[in-house]
Amino acid sequence: MRAPLGRYVVRRLLYALPTLLGVTLAVFLLVRLIPGDPARLIAGLLASDDEVQRLRVELGLDRPMPEQYARFLASVLAGNFGLSAVTRTPVIEEIGIRMRATLTLAVTSTALAVAAGLSAGVLAAAYHNTAVDYAVMMAALGGVSVPVFWLGIMLMLLFAVHLHWVPAGGSGTPAHLILPAVTLAAFSTAIVARMTRGSLLETLNLDFVRTARAKGIGEGAVIIRHALRNALIPVVTVVGLQFGTLLGGAVLTETTFAWPGLGRLLVSAITARDYPVIQGIVIVFAAMFVVVNLVTDLLYVAVDPRIRYG
Amino acid sequence: MSPSTRASDTDKGVRSTIPSAGRSAWDRLRRRRTAAAGLVVLGMLLASSLAAPLLMGDPDAVDFAAVLQSPSPAHPLGTDQLGRDLLTRVIYGGRISFLIGALAVLLALAAGIPVGVISGYAGGTVDLLVQRGVDLLLAFPGFLLALTLIAVLGVGVTNVVVSVAVAAIPVYVRLVRGATLVIREQTYIEAARALGAGDRAIILRHVLPNCLTPVIVQSTLQLGAAILTAAGLGFLGLGVRPPTPEWGTMLGEGQTYLLVHRHVSGSGHLSRGHGVQPGRRRSARRARSTGRGPGIMFAAPRFA
Repeated sequence: MRAPLGRYVVRRLLYALPTLLGVTLAVFLLVRLIPGDPARLIAGLLASDDEVQRLRVELGLDRPMPEQYARFLASVLAGNFGLSAVTRTPVIEEIGIRMRATLTLAVTSTALAVAAGLSAGVLAAAYHNTAVDYAVMMAALGGVSVPVFWLGIMLMLLFAVHLHWVPAGGSGTPAHLILPAVTLAAFSTAIVARMTRGSLLETLNLDFVRTARAKGIGEGAVIIRHALRNALIPVVTVVGLQFGTLLGGAVLTETTFAWPGLGRLLVSAITARDYPVIQGIVIVFAAMFVVVNLVTDLLYVAVDPRIRYG
Repeated sequence: MSPSTRASDTDKGVRSTIPSAGRSAWDRLRRRRTAAAGLVVLGMLLASSLAAPLLMGDPDAVDFAAVLQSPSPAHPLGTDQLGRDLLTRVIYGGRISFLIGALAVLLALAAGIPVGVISGYAGGTVDLLVQRGVDLLLAFPGFLLALTLIAVLGVGVTNVVVSVAVAAIPVYVRLVRGATLVIREQTYIEAARALGAGDRAIILRHVLPNCLTPVIVQSTLQLGAAILTAAGLGFLGLGVRPPTPEWGTMLGEGQTYLLVHRHVSGSGHLSRGHGVQPGRRRSARRARSTGRGPGIMFAAPRFA
């Protein structure tokens, strides 16, 4: 007996909630683990004693821990991450502005990785054990081996500094997006290519593919119309699971190319010890990660009716 | 394929599985050329890191008469912004990176294995609590977790090791717990218990040794990941502090000059020394565990 899909979705959603709660608790405790007075830390280095005292009361830091957490959680749920210790603007506003840049980068990279990775993987599988296959696998090996920041600098050196094709950093025009997106996509592209190739090769050995060939269908149609559709299922998961690496990579890529996203804001906040901003970004990143994992899980069940959800 | 070649293939496959584990691993390695090449590169890096004081001079020796120089016989990889020899610093950097990676993996093992074994062996509430804790750590993407811990702990070698280790702990806990769950149900555990062995003895003598294989395999991958995470932190200026020659930190420093000098002096000088250095071409999978840090150091500051 299979449980209805709706119930699985609800259960999976309910399961994600404690994780999200846990994330806020972990961040809450982490910031309070910092040696020293959190009020002074949040107030920043330039604050006077009076200001710190006012902030302590304002933030409820003079109250017991569980109550502090409850208040913290309530304000986070209301989208209130407090004020930046450096700029004195609401953290949520700053995150909102930067989020666009990070999402643009992440979505472009993912699209690039799927398009390039799928094509390369299909090619490698179609020309299995030929020079094409070896070339794709070598490139994929390079893609998973190379650290994202090193690749970024190398691309910058070649295409921006040396050839002047694209700007070296910054944002504003679509041309600014090219290098960061390619850099960030490299690892995922390699993973998608490997996964597609492996999964497609496996599928091509199955009986229904032999039947399709026996019917006299051309090899191209066999691969694209019959095998690939079935081979895509693990690829969907892998794209979703890549997301965590992608977020980590985004921090590095954004810093390399001065891309004004959340990752770069996080790094500058860490350097400036701007804890409200750090707190807010870490929660947003973790929440994005949890949600994407959730969507991946649900998508996995949706694309493959054979999977038992229970 | 003719039936005869097929048969001989099978024979070979069967025969190669018969010799001892060490022997067959060696055979397999020799047959996989990329893995063998990776091992050679890794071996060379390890050897040069270990022998650094014998091979090279002082990595911190400053020479203001030779700042940001292109490669020359005296400085095969050029010099950095303080006139320090880059080859020397790259080789010494290997020591730092390997050391950080190894310490972080050891620390993660020391924390992850006991927690994983206890979680799997005890089951019940203990298991539930530990696994929810692991879920929590896994809710943060690995690099982000290390980065967040650095934000709390502050920069420096020790904190980098701790942050990278904590990010690796959940992997080990999951792995060891999974293995323990399987081993716990084996007949030999039942036999040991029937002979009167206590939980402590069963865990130490039977469970632990049997769940080490996946842990060792994971550790080789984890070493590479740890070095890479540490280098990433260094690159962001949040890892090992200069002047310590760590690869990621050096990369980050190098980038400053790449951009500043492009900006200040245009691209006239930039064509110099653009040849691809061996360090960039490491393609074998092992390269993951060695870090590609030195590549940029072959290139970046030279362009000044």
